[in-house]
Amino acid sequence: MLDHGDRERRKFNVQGPFASAWFKRLLLWFFPVLFLLQFFFVPLFRILSLGFDASALKTENFSLAFSVLSFTFYQASLSLALTFMLGLPSAILFARYDFYGKSFLRALTAIPFMLPTVVVATAFNSLLGPNGWIHSLFPLSSFQFMGTLTAILIAHVFYNTTIVIRIVGNALSRLDPKLEYAARSLGADSSRVWWNVILPLLRPSLLAAALLVFLFDFTSFGVILLLGGTNFSTLEVEIYLRVLKLPNLPLAALLSLIQLIFTLILSLFYTRVINQTTVQTAPRFSASSLPASIREKIFAALLVLFLSSFFFLPLVSLPLRSLARLEADRGQRMEVQDGITIDYYKELFINRRGSLFYVPPIQAALNSFAFAGLTVLFSLFLGFPAAFALAKPTGLEKILDPLLILPLGSSAVMLGLGFILSFGSALSLPIFVPIAHTLIALPFVVRALQPAIASIPERLRQAASMLGASPFRVWQTVDFPILSRATLTAATFAFTISLGEFGATLLLSRPDRPTIPVAIARFLSQPGGLNYGQAMAMSTILMVITCVSILFIERDDNRFA
Amino acid sequence: MKRISILLSTLFLLASCSAPGPKTLTVMTHSSFAVSEDVIRSFEKENNVKVVFLQSGDAGETLNKAILAKDAPLADVLFGVDNTFLSRALQADIFESYRSPELDSVDDKFKLDASNHVTPVDFGDVCINYDKKYFTDNGLAIPGSLEDLVKPEYKDLLVVENPATSSTGLAFLLATHAHFGEDYLNYWKSLKDNGLVVVDGWETAYYTNFSGSSGHGAQPMVVSYGTSPAAEVVFATAPLNDAPTASIIGPDTCFRQIEFVGILNRTKNRALAEKFVDFMLSVQFQEDMPLQMFVYPVNQKAALPEAFTKYSQIPVQPAVLTPDEIATNRDAWIEAWTAAMK
Amino acid sequence: MTIALLELRSISKTYEGQVLLKGISFTVNSGETVCLLGASGSGKSTLLRIIAGLESSDDGFVLFNGVDLASVPPHARDFGLVFQDYGLFPHLNVFDNIAFGLKMRNIPAAEIKQRVATLLKQVNLTGFENRKVTDLSGGEQQRVALARALAPQPRLLMFDEPLGALDRTLKDDLLNELRVILHKTRIPAIYVTHDQDEAFAIADRILLLHNSVIVREGTPAAVWNNPGSAWAAQFLSAGNIIEGVVNAKGKVKTDYGVLTLTSKHKHSKGEKISLLIRQSSGAHETLKLKVQDVIFKREQFEVHAHGGLVFHVKERPQVDGIIPLRVKVECLHENPKEKPSERGGLSVRR
Repeated sequence: MLDHGDRERRKFNVQGPFASAWFKRLLLWFFPVLFLLQFFFVPLFRILSLGFDASALKTENFSLAFSVLSFTFYQASLSLALTFMLGLPSAILFARYDFYGKSFLRALTAIPFMLPTVVVATAFNSLLGPNGWIHSLFPLSSFQFMGTLTAILIAHVFYNTTIVIRIVGNALSRLDPKLEYAARSLGADSSRVWWNVILPLLRPSLLAAALLVFLFDFTSFGVILLLGGTNFSTLEVEIYLRVLKLPNLPLAALLSLIQLIFTLILSLFYTRVINQTTVQTAPRFSASSLPASIREKIFAALLVLFLSSFFFLPLVSLPLRSLARLEADRGQRMEVQDGITIDYYKELFINRRGSLFYVPPIQAALNSFAFAGLTVLFSLFLGFPAAFALAKPTGLEKILDPLLILPLGSSAVMLGLGFILSFGSALSLPIFVPIAHTLIALPFVVRALQPAIASIPERLRQAASMLGASPFRVWQTVDFPILSRATLTAATFAFTISLGEFGATLLLSRPDRPTIPVAIARFLSQPGGLNYGQAMAMSTILMVITCVSILFIERDDNRFA
Repeated sequence: MKRISILLSTLFLLASCSAPGPKTLTVMTHSSFAVSEDVIRSFEKENNVKVVFLQSGDAGETLNKAILAKDAPLADVLFGVDNTFLSRALQADIFESYRSPELDSVDDKFKLDASNHVTPVDFGDVCINYDKKYFTDNGLAIPGSLEDLVKPEYKDLLVVENPATSSTGLAFLLATHAHFGEDYLNYWKSLKDNGLVVVDGWETAYYTNFSGSSGHGAQPMVVSYGTSPAAEVVFATAPLNDAPTASIIGPDTCFRQIEFVGILNRTKNRALAEKFVDFMLSVQFQEDMPLQMFVYPVNQKAALPEAFTKYSQIPVQPAVLTPDEIATNRDAWIEAWTAAMK
Repeated sequence: MTIALLELRSISKTYEGQVLLKGISFTVNSGETVCLLGASGSGKSTLLRIIAGLESSDDGFVLFNGVDLASVPPHARDFGLVFQDYGLFPHLNVFDNIAFGLKMRNIPAAEIKQRVATLLKQVNLTGFENRKVTDLSGGEQQRVALARALAPQPRLLMFDEPLGALDRTLKDDLLNELRVILHKTRIPAIYVTHDQDEAFAIADRILLLHNSVIVREGTPAAVWNNPGSAWAAQFLSAGNIIEGVVNAKGKVKTDYGVLTLTSKHKHSKGEKISLLIRQSSGAHETLKLKVQDVIFKREQFEVHAHGGLVFHVKERPQVDGIIPLRVKVECLHENPKEKPSERGGLSVRR
């Protein structure tokens, strides 16, 4: 039986002239594709074609590649599983429950994401290393931390849990509570509600988070090198060695290609699966509440305790070290060497050696912020149209979507060399730092925006355009308010990615414009208590700045509830 | 629309921020490069030039990048090629020859390139540093030679850097080869049996593993630099009577590193580049270097700071290998070492 | 006397400092459709959730068949829920949506298939099994939602403004279908709405909810004839309400003149009371009113008169003209739960 509602609907779905629909698509993709071409594909192509030659196609190279690929895949999968084991309950915790210190804990879980690896390694070592707190508290325990696979896995979880918390948590709070009510009234108890209703609806966000976490772990470099010691090697590490250390450019190019192909396969798989999942239309947010039942209270309490310890304990060693006199008493001192001091912070503002490259911490912080701000602008500017196009995918999107993800899975080192080939001395322009950051941030931004965009009810948009709103105005008045929270998540990602240290190592950086992570690394490159203390002080400043920024950004979160 | 125009103008502003004023001289160096501000300013003023520095990675990485970009050089001058990379740099033919008049004040043993495509600027030694307090507290004798390190009383006490990833580690590997020749792998295996700890780089080794640094690590011996003890005093939180660490300077236990500067091919600022090379050899710069980069000046007229004379030791017999020998064998030795240490 | 299946006793709920529900008590009997009528946001949805067990009340009891449901979790109560925006599971098709409740009860697949087919027939959606719910029109979705709620043969059905999102004709159609189904299945139902036309069409009994309490309870006719309070009369558009002040014995002064008041209640001099004025062709009184505006309403004309009074007449009057109107004047109390027999009459002498 065809009711007139069907006829009404068909009226609305009439396609405009073929050309204009295509034109709109192309317009949406124009800038993102241009960006990717210019700053990813072209440089990559140049370095690969320069490096690659048939001499690399030897059996021994392939067997090396294979064994390295297997280990890379193995550690990335393990890391992913562990990250979800912690991240999923945490996402539920933050989306559903209120508790004392919630915003702070949430910001805390995001801090590791932008700490340079050397700082994280220091933090963990001070907790778990041979001279760390655990050993001094339990002197009989003997376990090896540094140089183990466990260290790598723990560091990965430490870094990436925030991705799961943000992406899945955001989707969770967008779920229509009515669906749960309906399920319950139909006879589903809590676990069946989760299994039959909530998890299926979370699938897009679960997949998105899984993909991002996996790719990050797959291309992980600093963690492997610093925490895994010499026992472990991934594709990225091998590429790094073959490009910059024992140059074997053909082999490096081969490994790079393998890495790229693997990423491509992964992202094709991802786009395939995600298009089969449905999207639910409820631009509302479930409010979070205090845990009610005993079970909920225990769950919340245990998880909060674990999260706090896991994230707080390693991180707290940095501020502690920045405030404590660091030289052990060796009887050669002129005065008492123990106790609290703010000398390291004071020293940050003194250019004792009159060094040309001295940059006051405020300047470094401002540099970091400037680059981060630009990264946010660029990635939102490019990410919004891409996410819009992806929300209603056609054949074009099936090709372009995987390409968007590629930068995440490609070797930063190779890309850096590609930049040198393509841009030469222009690389000294500071704009390249946010550009490089944007390459990484873009897939995150798109993944954060896409599910939200897809959830906007079409009839709202249609109503607006029937009332005379131009497509831009429709976007402004209908889409944007609904997307506010997702935009915030996306912007936070871009911001925190940029604050961390991506651009510095692979590009030629201007030492007169360092960011905070670069400044930290510089302090750690020379011996001496003052240098180490200042590195700790800068790290603490970075942590505080990050925490405050995130709290500030997310403070507005409740406004959109 | 508004957002786009703000974006474009920001881009434009940023781009124009680095527009050249007076002439610019671009110097490409490694991440360890440091210099006093007034020293550079005086050069800039004297020559009416703005010096722009580009930094990236360690010596090897910087060189590789320069070689990659040699058809469209990224800078006018490259500083930081050291003797372990000298042959590769010369082979890649990225420099133009220039003989600075200041070379007359430099001892011949530093002039490894007769063709003067590169000019020596500083030298230093990669030596094993030890934590004085640990050794006194435990009544241990200071090891005097490489052979001593495999003795059982020094078990688990040494941390070295991976030569594949660290130039410091590489220098130590070269030292062992200079001393033991082809037998060097056996030596390493003995070290491994004696509890050797290997980490990725100098920062980790020094600040995470070394007990004598502020990181309070577990190993009292680390492969570092001969000048590191002086740095500990210079950068101490509160004034010190004595350096907390010192170097082992027995025969062949240290590896001599010499750093060079060169004018890059196709530079458009040849005259200024020459002036800069002269400047790097000048007494003013050479006397500034020690407390900035913690290296020794090659210019014999340059005076050393007190911290250096008191706390840093120059080995009498550092391990030395010719640049060609290094260039030919380095990769093979690293691969062999990696395989042996698995 | 019918046995009360569902009984609410003194349910109260405060939310964020605001009193939402206070001392709500009522019953629903087998085969009965009770309508909760009240303004939007008056706590009706919350009450439904409390009955369903999805929220807890601060005070009071929910009893079914005499058994306190406090310890019974929502998934065990066997109460069906139908929402305004349908609440259909978007990741399941029509069949799976309807079958959901049956799956939860572990009913064998063959039986499920049969039952779903029956239900689809009942709601006139045969053949829709494999359709995606997001592709359906509003009316179709609502029918799926109804079928889904009916499938597990619940002991009680609750409707939370189910027709709010639909257009006029669709509403009427669905309302009729709903009535038929409810009468046929004899499932007791609570129907929540702010639309009095819906309420009158579907309810056996109406409960008016205002300011967190039930102010009037009765059959649609009873409530309509005697709204019982100014607010109720206004809400139901039962007539026009004017204020008056009691002056001398038995008389009340209004803007339309002094009218004699006869009522069963005692009124003291100076007391302000509300009066309900309704059109009645057989009534004694005639008011003379100045016409301000006339609106065509198909079979009649809606006349807006000076003073805010609204009437309906068969012939179009002149704007600014004066027309006579025969009216019945009653006094209104603010008494909640007023017994239907208590009425005040007013005879007007001019």
